[in-house]
Amino acid sequence: MGAFTRHRRSGAVIATFSGFEADLLRSLASQIVELLHHEAAVPDDRDPLEALMDFSGPTTAPEDPVLARLFPTAYADDEEAAAEFRRFTEGTLREGKAKAAGTIIDTLEDAGLPDELREDGLTIDVEMDEPTAQTWMRSFTDIRLALATRLGVEDGDEEYWYSLPDDDPRAQAHDIYEWVGWLQETLVGALS
Amino acid sequence: MGGVTAPSPVEVEPTFDTDEIVRPATPWVTIVWNDPVNLMSYVTYVFRTYFGYDKRKAEKLMMEVHEDGRSVVSSGSREEMERDVQAMHEYGLWATMQREDQP
Repeated sequence: MGAFTRHRRSGAVIATFSGFEADLLRSLASQIVELLHHEAAVPDDRDPLEALMDFSGPTTAPEDPVLARLFPTAYADDEEAAAEFRRFTEGTLREGKAKAAGTIIDTLEDAGLPDELREDGLTIDVEMDEPTAQTWMRSFTDIRLALATRLGVEDGDEEYWYSLPDDDPRAQAHDIYEWVGWLQETLVGALS
Repeated sequence: MGGVTAPSPVEVEPTFDTDEIVRPATPWVTIVWNDPVNLMSYVTYVFRTYFGYDKRKAEKLMMEVHEDGRSVVSSGSREEMERDVQAMHEYGLWATMQREDQP
């Protein structure tokens, strides 16, 4: 289950997930939302009025490696220009990524995923128009970047991950990373 | 400029001198860097949909990213490149910008 396809007549992008899979996707998307809102874009230890009057964003790269990867430094050799770029873009990018992850959650819940998964044998059929499917696709990238950064995934390291014992939590996280990658591959295929 | 007080002739031949056209000093470029996460199909898809490149060009740029570690994916004014870099970050690609002549 899970592969995305294009419905031949309606043109909608469709997929069927088990309750477990849908719940897992919702949990991953929720973690992205939380991460993006958790470490405030601008540290707020200032005077409340001053904070209210300041519409600018942060000027230095986030400390969290996942956030640093989601919001890379745009100018490699020009610290000042990089800070300006970040000030004007990071807030918007954060909002966009949080909203995209929220779209995954909303689509799954609209398709019948209950707040708490209790019953076995539940299947969730999602049906999306193209813009929604593109939003899912973008958010899958954020989820995969987050998982890969936490795990320390590198080019050509598959053997290492497969050599880990099955009950190693990192092996399990890597399995999820690969599964989302496979889902994204089918989604790109459905949209291409 | 001379002759500003002279009455305008009825017909004016445009006499643009190409040296007078204001052009951006040095163009800027957007560079996308390789990462171990993004799928080749996804990167190609982004180049096709965002930049409007045909399949062949999008795949060529994607292969450059994959094999050479980086590829110049667009060029233009500084403002345009800032838009492109922001869009690449929105898509989760690792992009930077710099002047074209910068190593």
